[in-house]
Amino acid sequence: MIYLDNAASTRPAPEVVEAVARAAHDHFANPSSAHALGAAATRALEEAREQVARLMGAATAGEILFTSGGTEADALGLIGAATRARGRHLVVSAIEHPAILRSAELLVGQGYELTIVPPDRSGVVRADDVMAALRPDTAVVSVMLVNNELGTVQPVAEIAHGLARAENDPAQRPQHRPHLHVDAVQAAGFVPLRVASLGADTVAISGHKIHGPKGAGALWLRPGARIAPLWDGGRQERGLRSGTENLPGWVGLGVAADLVARLRDGQGVEAIRAERDRFERAVLASLADDEMSAITEVRPTVSGAPRAPHVSSLSFPGLPAEPLLHALETRAVYASAGSACASRGRGPSHVLAAIGVDDRTAVLRFSFSRETTAAEADGAVAALREAIIEIAPMVNTGARR
Amino acid sequence: MRSAILCRYGEIFLKSGNRHRFERALRDNVAAAVRDLPGVGIDMPHGRILVHVDAAQVDDACARLERVFGLVSFSVAARVPPDIDAIGAAAVRAARAAMDSPAPPAHFKIESRRADKRFPMRSLEISAAVGARVVAETGLPVDVHRPALTIGVEVAPETVFVFAGSRAAPGGLPVGTAGLGLLLLSGGIDSPVAGWLAAKRGLALDAIYFHSPPFIGEKSKDKVLALGKVLARWQALRSVTVVPFTDAQKQLRDTGPAELAVVLYRRMMMRIADAVGDQLHADALVTGENLGQVASQTIQNLSAIEGAARRLVLRPLATYDKVETTALARRIGTYETSILPFEDCCSLFVPAHPSTSARVADAERTEATLDVTAIVAAAVAGSERISLA
Repeated sequence: MIYLDNAASTRPAPEVVEAVARAAHDHFANPSSAHALGAAATRALEEAREQVARLMGAATAGEILFTSGGTEADALGLIGAATRARGRHLVVSAIEHPAILRSAELLVGQGYELTIVPPDRSGVVRADDVMAALRPDTAVVSVMLVNNELGTVQPVAEIAHGLARAENDPAQRPQHRPHLHVDAVQAAGFVPLRVASLGADTVAISGHKIHGPKGAGALWLRPGARIAPLWDGGRQERGLRSGTENLPGWVGLGVAADLVARLRDGQGVEAIRAERDRFERAVLASLADDEMSAITEVRPTVSGAPRAPHVSSLSFPGLPAEPLLHALETRAVYASAGSACASRGRGPSHVLAAIGVDDRTAVLRFSFSRETTAAEADGAVAALREAIIEIAPMVNTGARR
Repeated sequence: MRSAILCRYGEIFLKSGNRHRFERALRDNVAAAVRDLPGVGIDMPHGRILVHVDAAQVDDACARLERVFGLVSFSVAARVPPDIDAIGAAAVRAARAAMDSPAPPAHFKIESRRADKRFPMRSLEISAAVGARVVAETGLPVDVHRPALTIGVEVAPETVFVFAGSRAAPGGLPVGTAGLGLLLLSGGIDSPVAGWLAAKRGLALDAIYFHSPPFIGEKSKDKVLALGKVLARWQALRSVTVVPFTDAQKQLRDTGPAELAVVLYRRMMMRIADAVGDQLHADALVTGENLGQVASQTIQNLSAIEGAARRLVLRPLATYDKVETTALARRIGTYETSILPFEDCCSLFVPAHPSTSARVADAERTEATLDVTAIVAAAVAGSERISLA
């Protein structure tokens, strides 16, 4: 099995699985309980919070709120901030994850106005375009750090800087600086994440993208930033996220954060980047001979933009995406497919449509992890060539005549 | 504490010549539906099927009986000795229970049926006596025309059944009494409904599903199997045979005129279904085809498709509107699965402008250039039968 779908989900690290099981076994008491068992559970939880704070570069662990995952962290950041703000205008990028886009649409249903900022063809949302979308009543700006389909890194620090500058510009007044929410789900562990200096107000991450458990995520909240809870109850997580703590999941997230931070601080990330780059060169080379170039061409879906090290998005004009994916699957290579065309069941990719990928182009996403070996990458290159040889004849005859 | 569920069947009395066969089949199907409930027992007195279960299992048993074709209705009944005082007391208990429910009835009537003519009172006399006692003891008024609560009394040999109201069962004929059908099942809304309707008229069913990897993913196959399991809850499906169809589809597309592709695929499906039907000894094929639902479903095309089948092809939905089919799918329980987005993503095999008036001669001309027998044999050889029992 060659698993190159790590941007969809990663395999939990053995240390994580063990920590989850141990926490479930040892710390079954409610962290809110006043007795010693509750105190022990709370200590385990606070250690996990420290670990997540270190990965995100937070000044103190108290800035971390645990959630049920990336989607909840995004919703809490976006909806929570919008609910607290005076303004009723939102600015989000067109290539955000549905967790942001659909939460923004929910707010539109409640009377907010929404401006969607398109990316350029390289898959990057320009800071200038975000600034141009601001209004005096803009409540929240939401831009992701790394796009999940393309791997492109967005200029979040520049956008944060722009927001701060606009706040100090007398011509812009009266204005409240908008809340900046950053979806860092695909970024954590792969690009430097120093929330303390990023300039954002809230930053979301997810456990299962970093070899942690599913159902566990976190939101960093800048000291002084104000958000409203999405619901109320026992007032856990500083009253911003009520519900009995998912202690095993969050302990697992902490261990995963610890492992990924160590990898980032070592040479691990650069090794992933090198392997991804080698893979892309090998794919292009393997499809460049006469036999292959007669049936298809391949190109990187985006070029010129800074990219996260683990995502490779490749485009195959004239080929269908899902059959290619299934043909890879029969060769035990697991990746993801996207396409700009609406199919009967699944909708088109809003990201690919936003960067102008035409609807007859298959886009495959291969996403790497620290577990990916060179032999696996080579196997995927060979399987891709075979899959194209299998699929291409199907589209070049028959129904199109 | 034991409860008795009194099950009624109606239509099969009309089939007087076959009555015993139908009753035996219905009894077997009822038994199969409740088989795994602990301590369940079944007998067939006086033109009814009686299901005996522990009181704790009554709700579970009722939910299953609601899915047995051939049953018209059923009631959870108290059993008392053939004695008018005992009957009256049971009727009072039934009335009080209804009055204590969240939706208490405003009035009632008694409906009696005397299956054992040795009982000394006639039906109307029983109703009058029992009704008077219920009025006296509960104060609930009588309305014989539009009663909110009907308390039933059925006098059988040695036992009298007393019950409040009845629940509807699906009707139709016992599955298996009409023969065996092979259902062409896909992941859409229509074909599971077509199968359900065929089963309702007494056909036992196996299904065949045409799978086209790598153009269709594993999730589509899982979805079809999930639909099959819903049908199996109605005893309407025993197995799904998954047939690889990619090679056949590719050969037909690459050989025939593009506008004829859909008709050619479906003619090939009919042939493969007939071959699988031979293995299973099926009496007929069943499809979810509809007249005019999509552009290619014209009467001419359906005729051209049918021409390739050796068996009778039943199309229960031929004349249904989509809204009617959808409403049935919701009732059956297949709708939520059918609308899951794992349909065939790519239109590689479907021409933009399919013919609406395919002629058999044109289809046969394409098929003559192919080894149809070998294509069918290969598909059948590569098939996998998945039991839903």
